[in-house]
Amino acid sequence: MKKTGGKSPDRKGHFGQYGGRFVPETLMPALIELEKAYNKCRKDKGFINDLASLQKDYIGRPTPLYFAENLTGRLGGAKIYLKREDLCHTGAHKINNAIAQSLLAKRMGKTRIIAETGAGQHGVATATGAALTGLECEIYMGSEDIRRQSLNVFRMRLLGAKVTEVPMGSRTLKDAINEALRDWTTNVGNTHYVLGTAFGPHPYPAMVRDFQSVIGKEARKQILQKEKKLPDCLIACVGGGSNSIGLFHAFINDSVRMVGVEAGGHGIKTGKHAARFAGGSIGVFQGCKSYLLQDRDGNVLGTHSVSAGLDYASIGPEHCNLRDMKRIEYTYATDNEALNAFELLSRTEGIIPALESAHAVAEAVKLAKAMPKNHIIIVNLSGRGDKDVEHVARIKNISL
Amino acid sequence: MRSIKEAFNNIKGSGRKALITYIMAGDPSLNATKKHIIALEKSGADIIELGVPFSDPLADGPTIQRASERALAKKITLRKVLGFVAEIRKATDIPIILMTYYNPVFKFGVEKFVRAAVTAGVNGIIVPDLIPDEAGDLIREARTHNLDTIFLLAPTSTPERIRKAARASTGFIYYVSITGTTGAKLLIDPRMRKTLNSIKNISGKPLAVGFGISTPKEASSVSLLADGVIVGSAIVKLIGEGKKVTKFVRSLRKAV
Repeated sequence: MKKTGGKSPDRKGHFGQYGGRFVPETLMPALIELEKAYNKCRKDKGFINDLASLQKDYIGRPTPLYFAENLTGRLGGAKIYLKREDLCHTGAHKINNAIAQSLLAKRMGKTRIIAETGAGQHGVATATGAALTGLECEIYMGSEDIRRQSLNVFRMRLLGAKVTEVPMGSRTLKDAINEALRDWTTNVGNTHYVLGTAFGPHPYPAMVRDFQSVIGKEARKQILQKEKKLPDCLIACVGGGSNSIGLFHAFINDSVRMVGVEAGGHGIKTGKHAARFAGGSIGVFQGCKSYLLQDRDGNVLGTHSVSAGLDYASIGPEHCNLRDMKRIEYTYATDNEALNAFELLSRTEGIIPALESAHAVAEAVKLAKAMPKNHIIIVNLSGRGDKDVEHVARIKNISL
Repeated sequence: MRSIKEAFNNIKGSGRKALITYIMAGDPSLNATKKHIIALEKSGADIIELGVPFSDPLADGPTIQRASERALAKKITLRKVLGFVAEIRKATDIPIILMTYYNPVFKFGVEKFVRAAVTAGVNGIIVPDLIPDEAGDLIREARTHNLDTIFLLAPTSTPERIRKAARASTGFIYYVSITGTTGAKLLIDPRMRKTLNSIKNISGKPLAVGFGISTPKEASSVSLLADGVIVGSAIVKLIGEGKKVTKFVRSLRKAV
């Protein structure tokens, strides 16, 4: 197997032909400052200890690696383990990155953090990090998402964050990122931008990956303890790609199959999806070169997914490179498959997954059946589904 | 066709500075854009900066974002803008610079784009989300085909960044007067003077200042510090309101 760890990305943030920095010049000094601060902190014992202590006592790490015996029995194939990121404080893996970046911002002497959010999970995580570290916080959110996720908007406000509506463009996540970048360009002196996924200009894709790689490090140790061997397959959903790269990274040099699951929406042929690999091409968007859903003139297309967290037109640059290297396979699950998996896991295990994570569960359902019983799958259960309950009820025409 | 260099040379010794005016192609239609360009030239603009609409204009403030949305609603694309420039070359030889985000150029194909732009009669290109570090392909093709590449500098730029942009820029260097997006509020402070002087010393190239210049008075103050003044959002706003640009641009002309 080809070694992919080590020097990735290169000095300028390129993962093969992907990544890099495509931003207004105004932001360059801030990105260079951030890169330097991050490189210093990752080797700094004080920072490492502070983060480790918060991971343990505040986020609730290590999260369990749970053997889903009922689901395994139901499918009759490979053993399915769930990495329980849904048990993290605030209900998803997003907090791993948000707390780490809040600490970093504090160390850089910034007084204010900003973030984008789609479904609201990263916004809640960042608002939490800001409350914890005493930083001022502003969250950008498309007006369409504000309408759909009113509960999370209130949560952010309870945590002391200012939530600012973005009424431009498609009024969703990508427009919130544009607006956060505009804010950062304007207030770059005192503000740090807590980007929520392994995407954007260097050093974000590498930095967010590193902050999320605790997921895979724990999972690797836990599975060796429980099964005395490595798993055969890892499965995670891929929006921007932070929970997946977080799980995969520790296994990248092992002989372990890895599958990333994109949002297939209503199906690729309908054009209503967010499957960048199945339906996109290489482009440059919001800070990096990557796969992108775009028209023939290079304008970014609207996306659709039942899950807001996967509803994004591009994907982290490292994923593109690992796909080119044939190290990670990518597939997609449709809205219906994800909704079925959402119900299946709720009923068999008593665990309501986030609709994002349900995409990974849907792929596990497909793969496990065809695998021998002594094989092992780890599914990253990246978030809990409480936030989606209302949405699912609406889809099923049930009024609450 | 006049070059950007000629536009800057022509005003040397005249006491005037270059007036660079920005409008969005296709806002509200390409016919209107043609009329506006002719009017801008007659009112005293030295160079036209022509915006190409993009779905995600992250360096632009609300005024140009809305103009971009209006142009996209009319299905204006980079391809159409190039055809438009070729067409308007029959009526004017004023230097035209395209301001476009990088993805439309990347999708078009960098080499193909540069050849098509030069053939159409485009003099230069500004790409607000492309820094010199990532612009190797574009710079190489642009040099081969004689298309000016104008890079941006900002109040945050360090001497190292200034050297980089100076090396990569031809025609002129675009100084972004504020940390912010197009159309934000201008602030002329001692720090700006210092940065502009340092850019001039390092680069030896013409320097134009843009972002946030919305009145003749501001244009006048900035013209004392630079070789050119760029006005965009204030003109785009007038167009958005269905008003004529002539009077405003004449007042800018007098001021710079």
